[in-house]
Amino acid sequence: MSVLEIKNVKKSFGRHHVLKDISITVNEGEVVSIIGPSGSGKSTLLRCATLLETMDEGTLTYVGKPAAWMEGSEIKYAKNLNEIRNKFGLVFQNYNLFPHFSVIKNLTDAPVSVQKRDKESVYEECKILLRKMGLSDKEDAYPCMLSGGQQQRVSIARALAMKPDILFFDEPTSALDPELTGEVLKVIKQLADEKMTMVIVTHEMSFAKAVSDRVIFMDNGVIVEQGTPEEVFGNATNERTKQFLSNYNK
Amino acid sequence: MDLSTMIIKMSDGFGKTCAIFFLTLLFSLPLGMIVALLRRSRFKPVSTITRFFISVLRGTPLMLQLIAVTYGPYYISVAANKLSEVYNWGVYFDIGVSKNKLVPVVIAFAINYASYFAEIYRSGLESMPVGQYEAAQVLGYSKIQTFMKIILPQVIRRILPSVTNEIVTLVKDTSMAFTVSYQEMFTIGKQIANSQTSFIPFVVAGVFYYIFNAIISFIMEKIEKSMSYYTI
Ligand SMILES: Nc1ncnc2c1ncn2[C@@H]1O[C@H](COP(=O)(O)OP(=O)(O)OP(=O)(O)O)[C@@H](O)[C@H]1O
Ligand SMILES: [Mg+2]
Repeated sequence: MSVLEIKNVKKSFGRHHVLKDISITVNEGEVVSIIGPSGSGKSTLLRCATLLETMDEGTLTYVGKPAAWMEGSEIKYAKNLNEIRNKFGLVFQNYNLFPHFSVIKNLTDAPVSVQKRDKESVYEECKILLRKMGLSDKEDAYPCMLSGGQQQRVSIARALAMKPDILFFDEPTSALDPELTGEVLKVIKQLADEKMTMVIVTHEMSFAKAVSDRVIFMDNGVIVEQGTPEEVFGNATNERTKQFLSNYNK
Repeated sequence: MDLSTMIIKMSDGFGKTCAIFFLTLLFSLPLGMIVALLRRSRFKPVSTITRFFISVLRGTPLMLQLIAVTYGPYYISVAANKLSEVYNWGVYFDIGVSKNKLVPVVIAFAINYASYFAEIYRSGLESMPVGQYEAAQVLGYSKIQTFMKIILPQVIRRILPSVTNEIVTLVKDTSMAFTVSYQEMFTIGKQIANSQTSFIPFVVAGVFYYIFNAIISFIMEKIEKSMSYYTI
């Protein structure tokens, strides 16, 4: 079964059509990268998929559960959106950790107070997550004491603590110094190896090439081209894709 | 009258000064938050009316507001009774000036300070990055959880210095209650000064306020320190 199904999504800001009929299906265990020039609508697409933005038209389904669908020309959203929110996690470009919570509290609070899971077992699981992120010693630290790379790894752990079926990343490394980028990409690669379903918006072309099962090139609100990394990076058929990639291959 | 008698008499009024101070905080701190949220309401009429009330309360003297709340109901009832007589409504309002002036005094102080606190809260709420709301939303926090657990603690941290300023001002503003002859410390001091033609009661009052504020500042500093375990 597909974890995420986006169909015919349209979104405008005023008269600016940012998404023009986008459809994407992501299957279990698949890693999909979305690349494309600035302003092409990548973030808007993720924000629509994660319910931070409402779509004008389209359908959105998570693991068979409809989140949004069309009734005639009207878009309808599901009543219980929190049930849908349980299914995905989002890692922001600028982490958005809660600065007044310790690292461990950042991880445990939502599973306990939103998902009403058992406090003790959540705590044990989160400690394991932190170890996996290489942050065992940072449990009681506050986000402001951490480097950007460490903060981003905490925010990945925070998303994972909710046990999502799919994880979205919006340029997870673009707020980081180059030397800190590697440690975050390593963690994402590790998740890919564990068959975590992920959608990653990124400007790191070599990373997208290495980690993805499928690469989607977006431009001007449409999917211009998609395929395996070999297909898209090796022999793109579309002129715009070639032109975009040539800027990166220099 | 010797100094110690003076001090004892004025300490009597100090209890009332404290009553104004603590009751005003008790009511205005939460009321300010309600006002701030109304002010930020997306329903236009609500935010416009709230903004108007805030601007009146901040734009007119507290002294005037004290007089209005204390004597206003009485004068309104007098006017209403006159109208009632002329137009034969057959109603009679028996509203005097309340004997316990603490009630109108605290009402006036509370609404006045609430409007100042509301503006402080509002600036604090507006300084919160939208990413905090979005992170909470994606994690599934309800609106109330987001406000109570994520937003409010950070807002309090941010606005504490401004709140401290207002509280220090409030200590001094309690002396305004003399305009409606409420027997707090300053009113008593003024009476003694008049009857004894002495300046000393004012010096005593000054020392009282200064010590009170020194204690307040010390406490607020402790609270601020306890919250500064993270940077914003
Ligand atoms: N809230 C908004 N209101 C108005 N316009 C918006 C809003 N959000 C995005 N846009 C516009 O939509 C377009 C697409 O923006 P989006 O952030 O999705 O692009 P992007 O592909 O993520 O770009 P980047 O690579 O720079 O992050 C841009 O032209 C942007 O100005
Ligand atoms: Mg973007």
